[in-house]
Amino acid sequence: MAIGDLALGHEQSNSAAESAPRRIVNDFSIQVATVNGSGSQSANSVLLRSIFGMGVPVSGKNLFPSNIAGLPTWFTIRASKDGYVARKQHIEIVVAMNPETAKDDILGLPTGGVAVYDESLNLAQYRDDVVCYPVPFDKITAAVCPEAKLRKLVRNMVYVGVVARMLHIEMDAVENALRKQFAKKQKAMELNFGAVKAGADYFDQKYTKQDPYYIERMDKTAGKIIIDGNAACALGAVFAGVTVVAWYPITPSTSVIESTIEYLKKFRVNEEGKATFAVIQSEDELAAIGMVLGAGWAGARSMTATSGPGISLMGEFSGLGYFAEIPGVIFNVQRSGPSTGMPTRTSQADLLSTAFLSHGDTKHVLLLPGSVKECFDFGYAAFDLAERLQTPVFVLSDLDLGMNNWMSDPFVYPEKPLDRGKVLTAEDLNRLGGFARYADVDGDGIGYRTLPGTDHPKAAYFTRGSGHNAKAGYTEKPDEYLEVMDRLTRKFATAAKLVPEPVVTGSGKARIGVIAYGTSDFAIQESMDELRKGYSLEVDYLRVRAYPFTSAVHEFVASHERIYVVEQDRDAQLESLLKLDLAAEQVVKLRSILHYNGLPIDAQSVTSQLVTREGL
Amino acid sequence: MATASAVPAPKVNRLGLPILEYRGGKSTLCAGCGHNAISERIIDALYEMGVQPERVMKLSGIGCSSKSPAYFLSRAHSFNSVHGRMPAVATGAILANHTMKALGVSGDGDTASIGMGQFVHMMRRNLPMIYIIEDNGVYGLTKGQFSATADIGSKLKTGVINDLPAIDTCSLAIQLGATFVGRSFSGDKKQLLSMLKAAIAHKGTVMLDVISPCVTFNDHEGSTKSYKFMQEYDEPINELGFVPSFDEIDVDYDAGTTTEVAMHDGSRLRLRKLLEDYDPTDKVQAVRTLMEAHEKNEVLTGVFYVNTEAPTFIDQLNLVNEPLGQLAESKTKPGKDVLDRVMASL
Repeated sequence: MAIGDLALGHEQSNSAAESAPRRIVNDFSIQVATVNGSGSQSANSVLLRSIFGMGVPVSGKNLFPSNIAGLPTWFTIRASKDGYVARKQHIEIVVAMNPETAKDDILGLPTGGVAVYDESLNLAQYRDDVVCYPVPFDKITAAVCPEAKLRKLVRNMVYVGVVARMLHIEMDAVENALRKQFAKKQKAMELNFGAVKAGADYFDQKYTKQDPYYIERMDKTAGKIIIDGNAACALGAVFAGVTVVAWYPITPSTSVIESTIEYLKKFRVNEEGKATFAVIQSEDELAAIGMVLGAGWAGARSMTATSGPGISLMGEFSGLGYFAEIPGVIFNVQRSGPSTGMPTRTSQADLLSTAFLSHGDTKHVLLLPGSVKECFDFGYAAFDLAERLQTPVFVLSDLDLGMNNWMSDPFVYPEKPLDRGKVLTAEDLNRLGGFARYADVDGDGIGYRTLPGTDHPKAAYFTRGSGHNAKAGYTEKPDEYLEVMDRLTRKFATAAKLVPEPVVTGSGKARIGVIAYGTSDFAIQESMDELRKGYSLEVDYLRVRAYPFTSAVHEFVASHERIYVVEQDRDAQLESLLKLDLAAEQVVKLRSILHYNGLPIDAQSVTSQLVTREGL
Repeated sequence: MATASAVPAPKVNRLGLPILEYRGGKSTLCAGCGHNAISERIIDALYEMGVQPERVMKLSGIGCSSKSPAYFLSRAHSFNSVHGRMPAVATGAILANHTMKALGVSGDGDTASIGMGQFVHMMRRNLPMIYIIEDNGVYGLTKGQFSATADIGSKLKTGVINDLPAIDTCSLAIQLGATFVGRSFSGDKKQLLSMLKAAIAHKGTVMLDVISPCVTFNDHEGSTKSYKFMQEYDEPINELGFVPSFDEIDVDYDAGTTTEVAMHDGSRLRLRKLLEDYDPTDKVQAVRTLMEAHEKNEVLTGVFYVNTEAPTFIDQLNLVNEPLGQLAESKTKPGKDVLDRVMASL
């Protein structure tokens, strides 16, 4: 069973069944258990958007197998009046559509939970402490969907109707959600809405509501959007003017590129029908990043996206990009490793290997988005940074952020012109009489480059991954090699001034600090409230958003007694990276809170570990 | 009266550039290395074709061959990448700027062993580029191990015999989609120069396998990539005559014995048949002929296959004419209204 953290699970003592009838409003999780390949995604998306349409903050997580069809899949929707969007350990409502997992699904519910399931499954036999709503799905579906081959899909909409009515979600909200889902497909819209209504009618006729869960209208989602992190990264890249995209499909990064292609086709074909972009599906990840660097060298804004084994394969070329100083953007949507690992589970365990990807003294600039909005902002900023710094820039997202739907404020259009970095033109060369590619003219560690095709006899230089001097000539001389290597160190220091600053929350006066990055943010936000309410413990929190770390990180550590570094990997990689930068007397302040079972980190895990360590 | 200066003006090409402007740095390869001769022919071909040096980009992998772009055409940008991965870098660079001439130099190890995956996929794309394999059958920089183009039964200096079949890069290139495929010998000045000039005139992927003896590790008795072996077993299948587009003087040819190929830029490539009934536009015949020659231990040279009609990858991508890498921001960054519309749809 894959719905909760068994290791961390604890009994829910204050069960709904024992206490007096009560209403639990806008604060619970629904889990839909289906078989992958059964087309439940649209139905789940409609249910999620219906709650969103009721003005209730909501988040959705798809827990799916690395498989085409036939294996169990769970989709969890969390409604939270407080706006918490992290994964929650406990599920209150289960829609059991998969006979294979149905028994485990109902057994996983807390006392007082709710189960909706196909009546043939007869799940009531397993629990007398949960509310059961059996539904004859096939019968209802057959009545509203004459076409037999569509029934498998339409069947899913029936549970949307049942759950909507059970939770008192307004039918208008469901209808609007359906419109969003099916856009201009009127026939599909009508068929599916028919199924939703049939499900709702069945619930009305057959049942009197016995459970305490309700969705009530709020106004907390007005003006918000729902998008997944991969599509947000894609939008960032398209608005940054990406022109060359090279990729090799790999879960969970694939939809970064698929969304990019979709947006490029919509927005980047000119009046004559010609493309201002090239997308190439390469033979492997080695080639993908090679193409990115070839294009970056020749002046294009280029990108790739990858995950897991793909990022390992990009190692050799990443070192070339660093040493030969070529721009390029690499989206690494992290998944569970090592090796093939769990391709459809989330993780933050690529931090160290990506920061130092490749042999030799290589280190890279990383951007660490912690929301879909930052996926867009950093997806955009990565291109400016790559060209400004003349180096590969890695955007480190993860499966949880990338493939799940998140509520967000609308993205803000980047008004600033693109920063194309230090590029000399033929006119510049006329004025200067020549240039040395790897000379530190401005003292910021960044040289000037020329692009192939620059019409000047002194424009050309020789790009190589072998030892080179300031003039790009081959060298094995110790002093010339040192000159280049030390300049690269200065360039990394410049990067620290250009990357996004961390976000600090809290009063700034707490003794205890928390440091994290990326998707750990959702759990920590919630955990901070739990600590305050449950333990009267105030903590300050710093979310790093880039590597190299900026001086704000050092100041934060210095101004707190103890620092808990929360991260989703086994080996405390963020803590290790911090240790490399911090002074010895600061390093001893660091402690780890780790979560690495493949599921997104949840607030309770952070709270319980922190409380235990603090002896509270 | 004083006579005019005795120093004659240097000979120049149609751009007014002397050949000096096509030269590169001093070669650090061994004296007598076939690669140096190939660099000389590349210089001659670019000079004679009147290619603007700045309009060329040179790409290479790792190895002795891949060093050679440093030894010609200093006025062109060059990218010496990683071992076996030049095709990827070239692909990216060409996508960023398809208006330039891309010239890739690789070796037999760089192409047929570590780079095989990238090589075969490069051939499939028919991107406009010239891909030259400087083929000596051994690894030079690591001191003389066999490469995958070494023939069965050929012998290393150490006495080691190769007992694995050779990979024929020309057959592969033809099968996979390269549109101009030939083999030459670094010691055959005339054939190689004509082939390179035709390559420059071609639109699409040109794959040239140039046998280029390694004087240090593979030029001994028992080697099938030595100068001596090539002098004995080189079997040209056609004699190349190249008439550049800007050449006014024309000579008649006999259509019965010669195939004329009209190149993309208006040049003409004339292939006088030395092998009876050989048709350089017939893929199947080309591969069959190469395989049969291999059985007989002959090293066929010449232009094996040419197709001037096939669309390039650039055509298929339907790209704008301007290089993608140089498009103005107004053409690549969608406006605020576009983002607003996307936001409204979410």
